[in-house]
Amino acid sequence: MKRVQFNRPLLPYLLILPQMAVIVIFFYWPSAQAIQSSFYIEDPFGFGATFVGMANYQDILSSREYLKIANFTVVFTFLVTFLSLAIGLLLAVKADKVIRGSSAYKTLLISVYAVAPPVAGLIGVMFFDQHIGPFVDLAAWFGWDMRVGIDYWDTAIAMITISVWKQIPYNFIFFLSGLQGIPVSVVEAAAIDCRSPVRRFWTVVLPLLSPTAFFLLIINMTYALFDTFGIIDTTVKDKAANNPITLVYKVYMDGFRGNDIGGSSAQSVILMLVVFVLTVFQFRFIERRVHYT
Amino acid sequence: MSGHRMLLSVSVAAGVLASSAAHAQTDITWWHGMSGHNGDVINEIATKFNDAQSECSLTPVSKGTYEEALAAGIAAFRSGEQPNILQVFDAGAATIINARGAVIPAEDLIKNAGHEFDRDAFIDGVRNFYADADGKFIGMPFNSSAPIMYINTEALEKAGVEAPKTWEDFEAVAPKLKDAGYVPLVQSQLTWEFTENFFSRNDIQFASNNNGYDSVIDTTINVTAPEHVMMYDKLKAWADEGYFGYYGAGWSDNQKVFEENKAALWIGSSGSFGGLQKTAQMPFSATFLPYWDSIDGAGVHSFIGGAALFAMAGKSEAENNCTASFFQFLTSPEIQVFYHKSTGYVAITKAAYELAKKEGYYDEKPVAEIGIQQLSLPAGEWNKGYRLGFYPQIREVMEREYGRIFSGETTPAEAMETIKEEGDSLLSRFAKTAG
Repeated sequence: MKRVQFNRPLLPYLLILPQMAVIVIFFYWPSAQAIQSSFYIEDPFGFGATFVGMANYQDILSSREYLKIANFTVVFTFLVTFLSLAIGLLLAVKADKVIRGSSAYKTLLISVYAVAPPVAGLIGVMFFDQHIGPFVDLAAWFGWDMRVGIDYWDTAIAMITISVWKQIPYNFIFFLSGLQGIPVSVVEAAAIDCRSPVRRFWTVVLPLLSPTAFFLLIINMTYALFDTFGIIDTTVKDKAANNPITLVYKVYMDGFRGNDIGGSSAQSVILMLVVFVLTVFQFRFIERRVHYT
Repeated sequence: MSGHRMLLSVSVAAGVLASSAAHAQTDITWWHGMSGHNGDVINEIATKFNDAQSECSLTPVSKGTYEEALAAGIAAFRSGEQPNILQVFDAGAATIINARGAVIPAEDLIKNAGHEFDRDAFIDGVRNFYADADGKFIGMPFNSSAPIMYINTEALEKAGVEAPKTWEDFEAVAPKLKDAGYVPLVQSQLTWEFTENFFSRNDIQFASNNNGYDSVIDTTINVTAPEHVMMYDKLKAWADEGYFGYYGAGWSDNQKVFEENKAALWIGSSGSFGGLQKTAQMPFSATFLPYWDSIDGAGVHSFIGGAALFAMAGKSEAENNCTASFFQFLTSPEIQVFYHKSTGYVAITKAAYELAKKEGYYDEKPVAEIGIQQLSLPAGEWNKGYRLGFYPQIREVMEREYGRIFSGETTPAEAMETIKEEGDSLLSRFAKTAG
């Protein structure tokens, strides 16, 4: 392989400078500010600030409510990630096998992805509306008095359903292209060796899909943790009350609505740490089991 | 941006261009949290002000909701880009008033610009809410409302009952309303209608330190008052009996039940009147928010809801003078009556109230008068207002706990203990922000 040698050692740094500038201005600088504010209790207008050390963190971690929200965030993230990956994969596997009219079928499944997230949230909320929602009527048929916005778990179910529904097409597209990337010769060889299609799926197809699946796992966890903000906001209609919310929504409520800069900064630092730990874990322990071809 | 509003702002901008060519004009900006119809009315007021004089040009900018307007104003202030005028809602009043130096008190601003200022010109319920402990106006009351009770007249006729004045009366008529096939009572915002204004209407102390006016240090909230716990015990019992319907913390999910002629009584805002005229499927009237006859001294005026305008500090004298003339313009009876009629918010000065009466507005629309009448009821000891830091967050705690009461996860007594505990710790955190 031919190696390219730069005569001027500064040029590469110059070339990555725009990228670094973006990262520093939009990520490192605000992060540093958040860490600094998290040690203060501050007047929103910036007139006074009291250094309180770790008190903001202590307040948060000793609050029963915060721990309850953290618990819900874990359950929510797990369910949304698992369900949207599983359903996306199932649909992709089935769509991959369709021969007649396959493009129409695929287009139909993918088209949901073109719906903008806030619109998807609003459509979902309409389905679960306590006065006019068809899903609520359907639940009533089975004797389930579904009260979204009033009952904690009913609202949780609505939030999870909408979030999963919104994410399935994305996973579907990636799984489908992953499936189509598996060489036909490998699939045919497997068919000669093993009769059971289920076993072939687990032993041949899934391992070959693992790079796609790993990528989607990270994307879906980030989605469930952060990007579902809009869906949560539309579902609770701007008033969280006794409804379930995630940690990101709590940061927004305390910081932007409550103007408690110190408290919400400490919460966002905690979230940053969680994401950092998750990322390290994913790359160290899960990626080892991924086969890249 | 609606086409109508776009046209308006273009014409405002064109007006600015045309007149600035003639002589130098001072530009001032006004950030607010209104949208839709109420936002259009604000644009109309700005146009009226710009047409009425030639020294100043006012540009209103909608920042979304009340909370978003406050957050935007704070962020702008910290970077020195604040507007001249910021609209701040009732629950956020402590945040801005306690930040000494963020605002110029409205009264000082108006006097410094050489105008007269008469506190007594304002109706009683409006006078103290945005003022300091000595009664000096810090904010200029703008859109003011009161929680009032809307009445489904058809439902009451069917049940053969009169509208209740007190909660005791309500208990007597509720079974009949239920038998007539209606949800007897719905509301739209428990925090505002059954907590804050429970304390005002029944004249009970809401927080220590003179409802928070005297100091931020060691202020505590009084939600565990036995009368207040009793109110929620009753609401819960009524909900269990089918006398009270709770449809979540969202305003409109609750209002809808009334609009659709399914409920007999609805506690809403006097400012809901304009919209309700279009959406209600049946004739309706209104009366005061009920109080408890059993509580001594109850039946005084309620707190004002809505929002006030604050003149932000750090602006030139010319701009401040323009802000002062706008405040003067805004409180003139003609503009007050215009705003009152087009939005349903109450007129805030006695002169404006008289003018609306003289024009015969209330003969035509008696419901529009209820809010002002309720705010003009006698003053008590504890109903001039409250000044509590981080109050938007305390309201969120209340909303959460009240939701739990009606989903059966907690009892009113326990809920009030939790609110007191979390509320008091938020108040003591707020005391530290002054640093």
